[in-house]
Amino acid sequence: MTASTTRFANPADVTALVRDDEVHKDVYIDADVFQLEMDHLWPSTWIFLGHDSQIPMPGDFMTADIAAEPLIMLRDKDGCVVVVKNRCAHKGAKLVSALSGKLSSNLRCPYHGWTFRLDGSLRSIPEPKGYAGSKYDLLASDRTTADKSIGLSRVKNVEIYRGFVFVKLSDAGLGFHEFFGDSLSSIDNMADRSPEGRLEVVGGTFRYMHNCNWKMFVENLNDTMHPMVAHHSSAGTVKKLWYADHDKTDVKPMVVEQFEPFVSNYKFFDDMGVKIFPNGHSYTGVNFSIHSAYSAIPGYHDSLVNAYGKEKAENILATNRHNTVYYPSLTIKGAIQTLRIARPIAHDKTLLESWTLRLVGASDEHLKRTLMYSRLINAPTSVVGHDDLHCYRAIQEGLASSDNEWVSLHRRYDESERIDISGEYKGNSEVSMRGQFRAWRERIVASMQAQAS
Amino acid sequence: MSEIERVQSFVYYEAQLLDEKKFDEWLALLTDDVLYWMPLKRDQAEEDIYNSLLYEDKLLLQVRIERLKSPRVFSQLPPSHCQHVLQHPEVICQGDKEYQSRTPFIYLESHMDTQITLGGVVHHELVNVDGELRIRRKRIELLNRESALPSIQLFL
Repeated sequence: MTASTTRFANPADVTALVRDDEVHKDVYIDADVFQLEMDHLWPSTWIFLGHDSQIPMPGDFMTADIAAEPLIMLRDKDGCVVVVKNRCAHKGAKLVSALSGKLSSNLRCPYHGWTFRLDGSLRSIPEPKGYAGSKYDLLASDRTTADKSIGLSRVKNVEIYRGFVFVKLSDAGLGFHEFFGDSLSSIDNMADRSPEGRLEVVGGTFRYMHNCNWKMFVENLNDTMHPMVAHHSSAGTVKKLWYADHDKTDVKPMVVEQFEPFVSNYKFFDDMGVKIFPNGHSYTGVNFSIHSAYSAIPGYHDSLVNAYGKEKAENILATNRHNTVYYPSLTIKGAIQTLRIARPIAHDKTLLESWTLRLVGASDEHLKRTLMYSRLINAPTSVVGHDDLHCYRAIQEGLASSDNEWVSLHRRYDESERIDISGEYKGNSEVSMRGQFRAWRERIVASMQAQAS
Repeated sequence: MSEIERVQSFVYYEAQLLDEKKFDEWLALLTDDVLYWMPLKRDQAEEDIYNSLLYEDKLLLQVRIERLKSPRVFSQLPPSHCQHVLQHPEVICQGDKEYQSRTPFIYLESHMDTQITLGGVVHHELVNVDGELRIRRKRIELLNRESALPSIQLFL
């Protein structure tokens, strides 16, 4: 990681941006703060890259950029997941441009035809004699001059948890389990909902470009006091139209089941609860959530009882968390099997990807429900998404005001609050956001200090 | 006017209603079992278990239209505007009751200082109901469906 030439030369400049109950507006609107995040926060934390079900066979690959680093996740010939940088060792061209696909036995650069094995090592160069004596000398009998490390840089810090592939680009920062701790229970709950304990990413990706800072989206996932306002025009209209000629006892179509809880009242969301973990992770829906009242799908309960026994099956199904935030990059809904992934591009530009997962061994009805939810709520054509993005953009523009440099995180703040440890709070608290910014400050400062030493 | 010309006029008329935001009149052109579909992948079959940008029945389309009347429709304050530019529809008659048309289009949607340009091909499936043409299916094959898309807020 190269040191950035931003105005943030030392940790004190960073800590000054975050107070216990408010943050400076520059964390959202300043390009230097964005560069600071890309230099220190994203490389030193575990970022979600993809799911191993997307690359089932040797040669399968997917690509993504993390903190501007172009990456390829691929399955090598031994069946292992490998992450390499998508940059030819020669002139730097990206080796593959597609978001996903299948390679033959090698990666071949489209420019001069250098080839690399699936583990990233350099295999061949056209006219190799031209490199005699250089570090690219593949012909040297003892390879003394050829540097065996020449090839595609491999990302060392890769962890796969129940198929979820995370990478940490720098050596600074915490180990995987120390970083995520018990928050991984949300991934467990999603995977355990499959009678085989396995998930598959299927059904296509929504790629929705947001002209706002990535943190507005991440914070919103555990913001329980916006749905009844921002989504009144969508979810409230569904409710109004349905109940115009139906009553409470009528069987609701899936559309109504999915929309209606968005306009639940403040008490509902408060009682739902929020749980925070160290390092910025959290979930809403400790006690129940907007996903708790979905109709049962026939045969499913029994298939889980057969797989896990009655007690464990019922625990799995009684866990209906709302959104879990794996700070900073990944947000999941275990109860409805969707992922939303933040891919920051600039301080005011973020690609949001929405993925859907199949519960392996469960009926297609589950996947159809998952697809409907993702389409209705997360697509670029979603009336829910439109209002969320409108609000994020309104913040992005409103913060240009010189009126108040600080953005409030005060709701239910209490000086005795311990955001450094796990804990449960009432749902309408902004404690998850306070936890995120504590982690933001800690991780950036730790990375700056590691780089300085 | 031939049957084919009648269908072509109808396709133009439908786009005009959308551009003029006469959404209730547009809704009246749809059969009760209408499907308004924008697939997410190319050559997507309806039976594929795959997501779509839009896969909407009449209730969901009514929701979109009623939402636009809400005082709290924040993403439409101020409102977007749209313009369809249609190529001449190709029409296939199936008996005297059903028609299919294929119409390449360009679609502009503007919101404040931003205008987006989309294009593709729209396929209509139309039926004669009591002598009037009605839309039973409208499938929009969007050209840049793989791209990262901005909000698309009105009706293509």
